[in-house]
Amino acid sequence: MPHDTSAVADVTTSGRHVELEETKTILLVGVGGQGTILAGNILAMTAAEAGLDVKVSEIHGMSQRGGSVSTIIRVGKKVESMIADPGCADVVVAFEAVEALRAQQFLRDGGTMFVNDEQIVPVSVHVGNFTMPTDVHERLQKIGAVLISAGQIARDAGSPRSTNVVLVGALSTALPFTVEEWKDAIAKRVPAHTVDANLEAFDRGRAAAQA
Amino acid sequence: MSKQLLSGNEAIAQGAWEAGVAVGAAYPGTPSTETLENLVKKSDVYCEWAPNEKVALEVGLGASMGGARTLVTMKHVGVNVAADPFMSAANTGVGAGLVLLAADDPSCYSSQNEQDSRHYAAFGRIPCLDPADSQEAYEFAKCAFEVSEKFDTIVMLHETMRIAHTRTMVDVGGERTEVEPSPYESRPEKYVMMPANAVRRTLVANEREDALVAWAEESDLNREEMRDTQVGVICAGALYAHVREALPNASVLKLGISWPLPPAKIRSFASKVDALYVVEEACTYFETRARALGVDVCEPPAGRLPRSGEVTPAHIRAAFAIEEPAHLEPAEGLPPRPPAFCAGCPHRLVYCELRRIKAIVTGDIGCYTLGAVAPYRSVDSVIDMGASLSMAHGMELAGVAERSGRPVVGVIGDSTFAHSGITSLLGTVYNGGKGTLCILDNRTTAMTGTQGNPVNGVTLTEQAARVNPLDVPAGKQLDLVALCEAIGVDEVEQVDAQDLRAIRAALKRATKATDKLSVIIFKSPCRLIDRSRKPMPTIHDCRRCGTCVRIGCPALGKDETGHPVIDPTQCIGCGQCVQSCPFGCIHEED
Repeated sequence: MPHDTSAVADVTTSGRHVELEETKTILLVGVGGQGTILAGNILAMTAAEAGLDVKVSEIHGMSQRGGSVSTIIRVGKKVESMIADPGCADVVVAFEAVEALRAQQFLRDGGTMFVNDEQIVPVSVHVGNFTMPTDVHERLQKIGAVLISAGQIARDAGSPRSTNVVLVGALSTALPFTVEEWKDAIAKRVPAHTVDANLEAFDRGRAAAQA
Repeated sequence: MSKQLLSGNEAIAQGAWEAGVAVGAAYPGTPSTETLENLVKKSDVYCEWAPNEKVALEVGLGASMGGARTLVTMKHVGVNVAADPFMSAANTGVGAGLVLLAADDPSCYSSQNEQDSRHYAAFGRIPCLDPADSQEAYEFAKCAFEVSEKFDTIVMLHETMRIAHTRTMVDVGGERTEVEPSPYESRPEKYVMMPANAVRRTLVANEREDALVAWAEESDLNREEMRDTQVGVICAGALYAHVREALPNASVLKLGISWPLPPAKIRSFASKVDALYVVEEACTYFETRARALGVDVCEPPAGRLPRSGEVTPAHIRAAFAIEEPAHLEPAEGLPPRPPAFCAGCPHRLVYCELRRIKAIVTGDIGCYTLGAVAPYRSVDSVIDMGASLSMAHGMELAGVAERSGRPVVGVIGDSTFAHSGITSLLGTVYNGGKGTLCILDNRTTAMTGTQGNPVNGVTLTEQAARVNPLDVPAGKQLDLVALCEAIGVDEVEQVDAQDLRAIRAALKRATKATDKLSVIIFKSPCRLIDRSRKPMPTIHDCRRCGTCVRIGCPALGKDETGHPVIDPTQCIGCGQCVQSCPFGCIHEED
């Protein structure tokens, strides 16, 4: 079945206008199939409905074949470039721990990194050409990353597929939007029968990041 | 009116629809594919996948000549395929508006080169519009149809991956302008490109070029933004956004029309700034042309921009000696994570066998290009759509198999075979060529997102209605066996691509029969269209030989002792590892 990448929906502004002095850059990284695109859409719509300019840049093509994937979301009064260069990301959200390290140079000095505390072994390691680093945790701690057991939190909440929304909950603590604005965007973008589970996942992710 | 967050491709579909486009034709190719996939969902417009870009443009030219506003979309290398009708259409002009979307891929995120399609617009002397975000993609798409009809010319709408795949805010009008086709009238002097007419049409194109230059001088699609006059930058497309990011105080001549250039406007801008720079990527398209106008283009103070690859704000900052923000160095010692064949992918066992028999493989464009990387490393060439089959014939002419003692095997996918492999096969048969050719028939155009194609028989309309290729009746599918037999291939065999023993036997037979031309059709559906699962196999008495993990399945790893471990979330029970174990230690569960 063709994978439907379209996510066209009208942006209905909430009336509240969030003011941002500087453009914020959020980088989502992970492995194909982890739901980075949905998470990016939730953030983009939250910002758009709060009256901000938004640019979301995705690398398509190989996303379903287990490769590294990334989505750049930039929000602000007027967003120019859609690219995040090294040292420019205010927030990095990594859906997988090795991918967090792969993206570490993009984090700006003083920026925030949320990392799903899980590792997915790439085929390059399975076939014996490379090995997994053994010091992932130490390296993440050294760069000040906030580790979130997003997969476990999602499973505990009874919806293992909402790991990405747990991470959106964590991300929400680093951006100036209200819980209601986030939840409104989530409710509009996930299948109707999963809304409650996803809102629960969001709350738990937010709590984990604040713990 | 509404506000929407649209990708460049979605915005172009919306703009074309509002412009009253009646026909869309394309061959899928990253980063252009979603344009037609979005357009087909709208009312009062008919869209189809063509077998290749040449056919798509010819269908488009016919529809335009017949009075229907038409959008034809393709990736940059597709424009090469369509270059023949393109260059003639550039001379004939059009009936109703005809717009060609050419989507470039600087840095080759999903392509075999990073050519700049605007060179074709200049080559054919047809107008080229270059949007810098989705709002402009939407507006320029509408405008392109007006320009096409006003100047009687095909128009190129040019985008790069960053425009195609970036969602930005768009004020969408939402109103469609219905365009009534005018009565058809034969105009052989315009459309029959025999020499006398072609010469006359070239004279018309000369006049059109003059008119287009005058338009480019006046059009507000080219915009001069005066700020600090110490630095002036000429740029277009995504580079405009990057220049605004990196050099917010610079004056900018933003070119929305990248062919023809407006000489007076460029000279005037150059005269207002102390130093004129050009910021562009992967080519010197503007720089060469600005210099040809006699304008002095300066080299950035800290050195030139990269000669190849995507240019980002960081490159611009570096070239203008602006300090880079502090950041960590890239991490070292990380295992790479390139894309890989999915669990259960029907290409995997074929490549395992090609690797085992040390075949020299001329490959082709698609997911199966991944046979070139570890753990298979079995592909010797990937050049362009269809080249696998013709190059295998060329290798035969060079006597490679005899000299190397290794079989030469051409490997092509089903959609690529329909795109331009059929003529390659015809050439080999016609010239008495021998050898082994494989068609990997996974029932879909997998690489670009499981599109329909002439082999599986799913039309774009059916694809939009989510028809699965596996549900298409046999009569609507292309019978590859019958086609190859009809062309005159000596031996045609269809083999289950999930059956390692059958793959081995077929390749052995074909590569031994050096006096015959053999085509093996390895058939089994892509796992993106067949989501069925079987129970995970079990492993008993493993000897830790490592053969199973070397098939490169993402669901199959090993523990510290070298014992294979199956990931239950990824395993679909395809049985590939079961078949590959030389000691029969992996068992299918009932």
